[in-house]
Amino acid sequence: MAIYLTKESKVLVQGMTGAEGMKHTRRMLAAGTDVVGGVNPRKAGRSIDFDDRAIPVFGSVREGIEATGADVSVVFVPPAFAKAAVIEAADAGIGLAVVITEGIPVHDAVAFHAYARARGTRIIGPNCPGLITPGQSNAGIIPADITKPGRIGLVSKSGTLTYQLMYELRDIGFSTCVGIGGDPVIGTTHIDCLAAFQDDPDTDLIVLIGEIGGDAEERAAAYVRDHVTKPVVAYIAGFTAPEGKTMGHAGAIVSGSSGTAQAKKEALEAAGVGVGSTPTETAQLVLARLEERT
Amino acid sequence: MDLYEHQARELFEEHGILVPKAEVTDSPRGARESARRLGGRVVVKAQVKTGGRGKAGGVKLAADPAAAELTARQILGMDIKGHTVHKVMLAQPVDIDSEFYVSYVLDRAAGGFLAIASAEGGMDIEEVAATRPEAVARIPVDPAEGVTTAKAAQIAEAAGLPPQTVDVLVRLWQVLTREDALLVEVNPLVRTAQGQILALDGKVTLDGNARFRQSRWGSQGVEHDDALEAAAAAKGLNYVKLDGEVGIIGNGAGLVMSTLDVVAGCGARPANFLDIGGGASAQVMADGLSVILSDPAVKSVFVNVFGGITACDAVADGIVQALDSVHLTKPLVVRLDGNNAVRGRAILDGRAHPLVQQATTMDGAARRAAALAHADTTATATISGS
Repeated sequence: MAIYLTKESKVLVQGMTGAEGMKHTRRMLAAGTDVVGGVNPRKAGRSIDFDDRAIPVFGSVREGIEATGADVSVVFVPPAFAKAAVIEAADAGIGLAVVITEGIPVHDAVAFHAYARARGTRIIGPNCPGLITPGQSNAGIIPADITKPGRIGLVSKSGTLTYQLMYELRDIGFSTCVGIGGDPVIGTTHIDCLAAFQDDPDTDLIVLIGEIGGDAEERAAAYVRDHVTKPVVAYIAGFTAPEGKTMGHAGAIVSGSSGTAQAKKEALEAAGVGVGSTPTETAQLVLARLEERT
Repeated sequence: MDLYEHQARELFEEHGILVPKAEVTDSPRGARESARRLGGRVVVKAQVKTGGRGKAGGVKLAADPAAAELTARQILGMDIKGHTVHKVMLAQPVDIDSEFYVSYVLDRAAGGFLAIASAEGGMDIEEVAATRPEAVARIPVDPAEGVTTAKAAQIAEAAGLPPQTVDVLVRLWQVLTREDALLVEVNPLVRTAQGQILALDGKVTLDGNARFRQSRWGSQGVEHDDALEAAAAAKGLNYVKLDGEVGIIGNGAGLVMSTLDVVAGCGARPANFLDIGGGASAQVMADGLSVILSDPAVKSVFVNVFGGITACDAVADGIVQALDSVHLTKPLVVRLDGNNAVRGRAILDGRAHPLVQQATTMDGAARRAAALAHADTTATATISGS
């Protein structure tokens, strides 16, 4: 079953005709994603050849949905146009918009977040690698060939740490891996994914990857304590990050005493979550927890 | 990107918020002249991007231009929590009747902005919030509607602020939205003995992502206190200088943060954060290496790359090319893992650089890099030769 994305998902790509859009549409198709079209008003009516498949380009998300029944959109458009693209997708009634674009102004993210929420559109991202249900569908830029289908669910703020854990646990495999993004304002949170994985019959264990900044991990810890019965294993990055410096991700910053890795680790451990001190140790904790269950 | 107080003051003034008359200078001589233009008696304020200036002696009253020069001489060059004072602002003193606190902050959990206001300004708002939470009003702002006069009146009333502050609250929201700020804070917002509402001190954090539509930031630029950070920024690198001896290069912000932690866990201290992104091209690798090697504190370098979208053989090619253009002076530990890892490692083995060694795991590579940083130069030569 997996969460948010299955082999039934029909995917539109907003910004498909740009360099990044082209590259990753090809990769998504190779991973088995049912990419049903791209959106670009200036190239509407044409189609783009990806190896043996011709993918139509629509003038708007609405046209794309009407023609194909698409329910997912992956957004690759540049930061200056991302807000309009997400609002267009929400207006057209898309169920899930996966916003890969990095560098979107926070005021734009705040605006489209509120807009989409009011219309029932789920946003994943922005500034995220997207999500993958291995063996079924890949919506975004996660490398599909580093892992296989399995029964671990993963939710992460970081792209490369997601890949690292997917790779370390490739022999076990994953139900769905969701990269929620490292920006201060994101559409889908750790808690949303925890809730979905808890309800997903194909997920046995949940891996949660967090990093410094904000208090999303602390809130996730409280949610685990109150609502999650499946085992949860976590990894937190940024113990050595100094206060007041942004570490790569716009949201990764310790402000005063808030947002530290130590506070997140303590909150998670208090909720019964095993927290690894390195990615490798985290993978070992996952294996140990899975063995306990059998 | 945090602004200095004097920059925040200018923004407030541009948006029609009353501020004290003030000038900025980087010399004691300039302070004397500014004080003379401002009427003689002035407050001399250190311009640093950190709190607690007053307690550190960075804010002082000067009675006349000669005293202003003397005070500026004391404050300029002062170190406040690791920040050197390069400029002072001289401001006309204000006759204060009462002090308030107002700010708009990003509420990450709610995905929107929050108005925070209190009639108890002038002190640490976190302390007020902790001891007397009822004295601090926290009101979410609908991003589509913003802060209208009605909304501002609601905020002022909830916080117990006088009605004259409503106009400031509306204008402050305009600063937030039109300047693409993530934080605007006025503390204290004062009512003078004459009944004027004045922003006496302020903090503004701008959103670096909005640079493309905020053209005037180009001239203002991001000021780097650190020369290496400035050099890295000039090359477009995502680099943060830290205090240790192990240079770090990695791909992806999360993986690099994790690399710092793993190195620290091995008893060494990371010298920097450097995220070269997914592509890890030869040019970026060379630029990154040259910045790190120019840091005299660096004793060893750890390159930690996970091959995902860009497979490890392409990354290895990039490292080999970078080694041709950069003169390597310190031992380099490379960990390549992920797609085509075996091929990537073979490419690096083929290059057989005497200062480069490989490890197959992140933890093992971190241990090696830490050991190399702690070894002296002869020991380093022995290890890299083994």
